[in-house]
Amino acid sequence: MSHSHIDVRYVANLARLELTDEEVAVFQPQLEAILGHVDALTAIDVTGIEPTAHPAPVFGRLRADVPHQSLEPRAVLQNAPDQAQGQIRVPKVVTDA
Amino acid sequence: MTIASLRTQLLAGETNPAALLDRLAGEIATRDAKTGAYLSFDLEAAHAEAAAADLSLPLGGVPIALKDNINVLGQPCTCGSKFLAENYTSPYDATVVKKLRAAGAIPFGRMNQDEFAMGSSTENSALQTTRNPHDPERIPGGSSGGSAAAVADLTAIAALGSDTGGSIRQPASHCGVVGLKPSYGRVSRYGLVAFASSLDQIGPLTRSVEDAALILQAIAGFDPLDSTSLDVPVPDYLSGIHDGVQGLKLGVPKEYFGDGIDPGVRKNVEAAIQKLAAQGAEIVEISLPNTGHAVATYYVIAPAEASSNLSRFDGIRYGHRTPAPADILDLYKKSRDEGFGPEVKRRIILGTYVLSSGYYDAYYGRAQKVRTLIRHDFETAFSRVDAIVSPVAPTPARRIGAFANDPLHEYLSDIFTLSANLAGIPGISVPCGTTDFDGGKNLPVGLQILGPHLGEAKLLRIAKAAESL
Repeated sequence: MSHSHIDVRYVANLARLELTDEEVAVFQPQLEAILGHVDALTAIDVTGIEPTAHPAPVFGRLRADVPHQSLEPRAVLQNAPDQAQGQIRVPKVVTDA
Repeated sequence: MTIASLRTQLLAGETNPAALLDRLAGEIATRDAKTGAYLSFDLEAAHAEAAAADLSLPLGGVPIALKDNINVLGQPCTCGSKFLAENYTSPYDATVVKKLRAAGAIPFGRMNQDEFAMGSSTENSALQTTRNPHDPERIPGGSSGGSAAAVADLTAIAALGSDTGGSIRQPASHCGVVGLKPSYGRVSRYGLVAFASSLDQIGPLTRSVEDAALILQAIAGFDPLDSTSLDVPVPDYLSGIHDGVQGLKLGVPKEYFGDGIDPGVRKNVEAAIQKLAAQGAEIVEISLPNTGHAVATYYVIAPAEASSNLSRFDGIRYGHRTPAPADILDLYKKSRDEGFGPEVKRRIILGTYVLSSGYYDAYYGRAQKVRTLIRHDFETAFSRVDAIVSPVAPTPARRIGAFANDPLHEYLSDIFTLSANLAGIPGISVPCGTTDFDGGKNLPVGLQILGPHLGEAKLLRIAKAAESL
C-alpha cells in the first residue's frame, strides 16, 4: 500500500503555515519523493515489536515539588513582539457575539 | 592550539585570557570574512568574564564558541533563522553554559548552523553562508557547520554543537576536526532550542580527542531541568585515554562499506582500521541488518518531533510577528510563513502529515517499531565487540549548492550517522586523512567510532589511538 499522496496545502494549514503557490509547487514533488522512500517501512515485519519512543530508560520523571525562582516578568516580556500593561498583546481571539 | 596546550601557556603566565580573546577577535576579523562561521560575538561580555577567570579550574580562561541554538543570558540565539534573528535575546543560560562557566570557560561567539539544525550543509542557514576552510567552494557540513569551520579555521579554540542525526560528527569529518555526540541523556539539553527531543544531544567540536574529553567532562551529568537527563555518575574521561586499543574488539559493519562510498573515503577509513589492528585491536566483521531502514525511520521520527517542537514559534511570545495580521489565525500562519525557511517548512509539513489522523500508525507508529529493530542491531553488535568503526559520511565535503533542489538525496547522505541517534548511543568523528574528490584537493575524511550507551570513556580511548596514527 502506497501512502505517498500528500495534499501539501491542506497539511500546511494543519501546521498553521500559509504557503505561496510557488512554495506548494516546489514542496509537492519533493515531499512525494521523500514519502516514496519512507513507504519502504511498510514492507518490514514489525509484528510483536515494541515501539521505541525514547532511547534511554527514563520515564515520566517529575521534578521535586519545591518552590523556586522563575524568570522575572521583565525577562519574559523583553522578547514579546507587542506588549502592553505588563502583558503580551495579540489580536482579538474570540469574535463578538 | 589545543585547549590542553593553551592551558599550559595560561598556567605558565605566557598568555592571559584577555590577550587570548583579543587574538581570537583579530583572527575572526582577518579570516572569518571569508569562512563565515561566526554569526556574532560579544567581545565586551567575554572580557568581563575573562577578568574574573579562575585559571585553576579545568577549562579556566578558555573561550568556547557556541552553536547559535544554545541560550546564553543576554546574547542572541538565532538558530540560523529569520524567525529568531529579530525579537529574541536569551533570558537565561543553558545548563551546558552554566557548566562550562563552572569549569572556568568563557562562552564566546555564536556559530552559524542550518536553520533549527535541519540540514547537513549549513546552506539552510537563513542568515549567511559558511564555507569549508579547506576549500571555500565547499560546504563545511552541518548542521553545526559554523562550529566545525571555526575550529578548523583556528578562529575558535573549541566549540559546542548539537547532533540530532549527525550534526556534530559530519561537519567535524568535513572540516578535519574532532566531533563527539554523547549518549542520549548524558548531557542536559536545557537551554538548547529543541529540534527532535528523542534524538538531540549537545557535544564538543575540538582540535584533539583530549580536548573533546575535557569538554565532555565539564558538560556531562545529571540536570533536574532536563527530564531525559540520566542520574548516573560521570566517569573520569581523561584517566584512561592513553590506554590504547590492545585487546579491544572493533566491529566493521558490512552494511557501512557498500557501493555508495567514495573510493577515497573508503581507502582512508580502511587504512585507519588497519592501523588500529596493528596497534593490537581485533577487527571483527559484523552486521547491522536494519541499516537500510535507518534513513526512512529517521525522516519520519525527526520531522514528527520537529513539527511539534516548532509549534512554539507562533509569533506571540518571541521572534517574528507579521506586521498587520487580519486576525489571530492570520498572525500564526503569516508569521510562520515569513519566519521559516524552506527546509524547516518541508519538515514541519512532513512531520504534521505522519502524525495526522489516518497516517499515524502507518508512519510514526511503524517507524518507532523499526527504531526498536535498529536499537537491537546495536545491542547485538555490542555483545560481540567493544566499538564499531565506519566512515562518517559517504563522501568528503561537496560543493555549495550541489543538492539545492533535491532534499531526499541530501537526507540519504546521513546514512552512517543517524542510526546512533535512533539508538541513543555515543559516536565520535576523528580525522583519518585527506582525499581528492570532485575536483577538490586534500579534503578531510573522518573515521566514525560508535560505542554502547554511556560508553564514552572507551570511545575516547579508541579515538585517541586513532588520532595518533
